[in-house]
Amino acid sequence: MIVDIENLSVDYSGIKALDKISFGIAEGDFLGIIGPNGAGKSTLFRCMLGLHTGYDGTIKFFDKDIHESKKYLSQIGYVPQKPVIDKNFPATIREILAMSQHSNNPKKIDDALQKVWMHELADRRIGDLSVGQQQRVFIAKALVNSPKILVLDEPVTGIDMYNQDLFFQILGDLNKKEKISIIWSSHDLDAVERLANKVACLNKTLFFHGISEDFFSDEEMMKKYSETSMQMHMHHH
Amino acid sequence: MVFEFLSDQSVQYALISGIAIALFCSTVGLFLVLRKFALFGDALAHTAFGGVAFGLFIGVYPLWAAYIVSILGALGLTKLRQRFDISGDAAVAILLTSGIAVGIILFSITDVDDHQLDDEHDVKQLNGIQNIEESHDEESHDEESHDEESHDEESHDEESHDEHDMNDFRDMKHAHDMEEFLFGSILQIKQENVITILILCVIILIILRIIYKKLLYATFSEEQAKVSGIPVEKINYLLIGMSGVAAVTSMQLVGVLLVSALFVIPNVSAMLYGRSFKQTITLSTSFSLFSVVMGIIIAIPFGIEPSGCIVLLAIGILIVSLIIKSTGIVKTAGFSPKVA
Repeated sequence: MIVDIENLSVDYSGIKALDKISFGIAEGDFLGIIGPNGAGKSTLFRCMLGLHTGYDGTIKFFDKDIHESKKYLSQIGYVPQKPVIDKNFPATIREILAMSQHSNNPKKIDDALQKVWMHELADRRIGDLSVGQQQRVFIAKALVNSPKILVLDEPVTGIDMYNQDLFFQILGDLNKKEKISIIWSSHDLDAVERLANKVACLNKTLFFHGISEDFFSDEEMMKKYSETSMQMHMHHH
Repeated sequence: MVFEFLSDQSVQYALISGIAIALFCSTVGLFLVLRKFALFGDALAHTAFGGVAFGLFIGVYPLWAAYIVSILGALGLTKLRQRFDISGDAAVAILLTSGIAVGIILFSITDVDDHQLDDEHDVKQLNGIQNIEESHDEESHDEESHDEESHDEESHDEESHDEHDMNDFRDMKHAHDMEEFLFGSILQIKQENVITILILCVIILIILRIIYKKLLYATFSEEQAKVSGIPVEKINYLLIGMSGVAAVTSMQLVGVLLVSALFVIPNVSAMLYGRSFKQTITLSTSFSLFSVVMGIIIAIPFGIEPSGCIVLLAIGILIVSLIIKSTGIVKTAGFSPKVA
């Protein structure tokens, strides 16, 4: 296992955000994490990325507890939920990729931009791009350090269908051709069914983790997921 | 000769210091502007004003006290801001007003030391000082022509007169000190100040060169920079420290009230044209250098205050840039004019 999570619990001022979550991710996995709004998906990601440290349980990357060292972060590429980018931020796509690169290797920047079909726009300002294009730049930014794992937090929220399809195609290629393991949270069950080989279904607790086909062919499980999603939706309103 | 004044040492010192200050203020300022923290420089300068007053109050060289107070104040407030989730603009307001309040109170209760009164350089800068010297001369001349019998009486009168003059002098010295820090005093810069400013400039530019990529990443997205393993908090504290040093140093050029102009205006103008970060920083530095150098060169022969001239030139560049942008004469980047 390249990622191993055991009994992960997070408590925000007495309110449970995650309750004793345990699962692992094997090399080459394409894991889709699904769950309604407020299910704890972003909290799980924040813990895994070292942005939230006040949790119970253990998170291991490459067999090492993340509390012990932050070195694992150099092996991870992170694509955030629809990034808020200042339209006037005066940096080009190439400069954005260069600033996130650990070494100084212009060829890798070009390669990463080629992989997401953004090489022709390399010298445009990041603020001049559409949200879909910006998300592709963020994948390229994650790729410049040759990561072993790509973490994506609801990356296609607010992106048009054309760019969503393009985005999913890129993710599929990265997983199959580049052998990059992917951890991806999404609301889009169709996309998860199409792309992910593993599924983790989360609603504060983990009520499914396993092969994607097993989840989507299990009518009882799907019904349960729909009910909890509806409950959470009603709760939020 | 028209430019004869350039051979004056004080003008040369002013130009050298001005160039160094323009360089580091525009570069540090760009990161503050991009972080939506444009008025932070202003807040730091106002805190420095409190620091100057504190230095005079405790008898420490005022500028060193200003450096320490403004950097500590900014770091402390940043820590509080993070802990209690105070918004950036509120933090700026707190820092700015407390600096001025402390400064006003300490200035009003600080006595000017005798050694300060002996400082010939300071004395000559004061308007009306000749009057005091003349009155002293007249008194000593009168003194000689007086009879021995009336000496005691005269000497008593002289003492009370002297005391009165000294009080006047102290008042003027106070007003002068405060004015110098509020509006700048680039032509009063001494050789040792020039050396300090140049050293600070080199240090700041070297640090910026070393942390440039990390600082830019943390400015673009703190969260993503953290996930990349960048020590964002340390980088932020370093930026605050450099901003504090830049603000206090530039206070000598344009004064407390106009410091933020050097941090903000050239950068806003540059962002109108810059198609990349490198281009933006180059343009910002050029605008800043042009404003400072031309501001000093124009102000001196006309007897205008250089600080005001520098800032107005920077504003002139901004206005011309906005006109160019809105008329589309030159295709620029960023800040598109809003169409109703």
